[in-house]
Amino acid sequence: MKAYFTRAYHFSASHRLHTEDLSAEANRATFGKCNNPHGHGHNYRVEVTIAGPVDPATGMVINMATLDAVVHEKIFTRFDHMNLNLDPLFAKQVSTTENLCIAIFDILKDQFGTAQLSKIRVEETENNFFEYSGDETLPD
Amino acid sequence: MILLTRRATFSAAHYYWNPAWSEEKNLATFGKCANRNGHGHNYTLEVTVSGTPDPVSGFVVDLKWLKDVIEHEVLDIYDHRHLNLEVPEFATIIPTTENMAIAIWKRLEKPVTAAGGASLARVRVYETADIFAEYRGEL
Repeated sequence: MKAYFTRAYHFSASHRLHTEDLSAEANRATFGKCNNPHGHGHNYRVEVTIAGPVDPATGMVINMATLDAVVHEKIFTRFDHMNLNLDPLFAKQVSTTENLCIAIFDILKDQFGTAQLSKIRVEETENNFFEYSGDETLPD
Repeated sequence: MILLTRRATFSAAHYYWNPAWSEEKNLATFGKCANRNGHGHNYTLEVTVSGTPDPVSGFVVDLKWLKDVIEHEVLDIYDHRHLNLEVPEFATIIPTTENMAIAIWKRLEKPVTAAGGASLARVRVYETADIFAEYRGEL
């Protein structure tokens, strides 16, 4: 039986929404406060959803210790207490949470063997969050 | 089609243990969760049904009815119980959050379907605010 297991993780990082494709005025007009030259930061909450059959021996879709280790190595050590704009991922694209959400999905998608990465949800604040499932079809 | 979700909470004890395995393998696989004295959680259950609003009542289902079904079929059996020792379905399967979502689906599917007008769409069980499992009836 296919079930979905979700675990949430927290990290804090700074960023600045800015693109070299726009003038200084256009950047300010587009990104508002988020274009502050010195940057700002968020406490991000990332939900990682794994889909797959429940292993009859363990009752699990994925062992949480395995999931924790992968997320710690690939996401937490890379982004926690970092400036997102300095990561190579954001050298040529704006460090919006949409782009961060897609980036995290792409980093994690091949890390879980037979279990399948189903969805990444990134909450930038309690009121703003973003989801990506790896294709153009939105999840149910 | 409308999705409608009712939330409920319950508290229960459990532990993870596969009797076919050695103690070492259980401890290596399940860690702290293998403590045979058990531990507990405040669970949050979300039950989502889907359907079309009734033209007269405007309801997909009567939420009071759904609340009563959840209470009779799940909370009366799970709340303030030891899942491994007191809930029949976990005599032979490990009460992980995944298996709880599937077991609760099995308890609710028939009464929700029998009522007519709605079908069970999703069962989500939160073990903590940051850990949850979901079953959508997929085989």
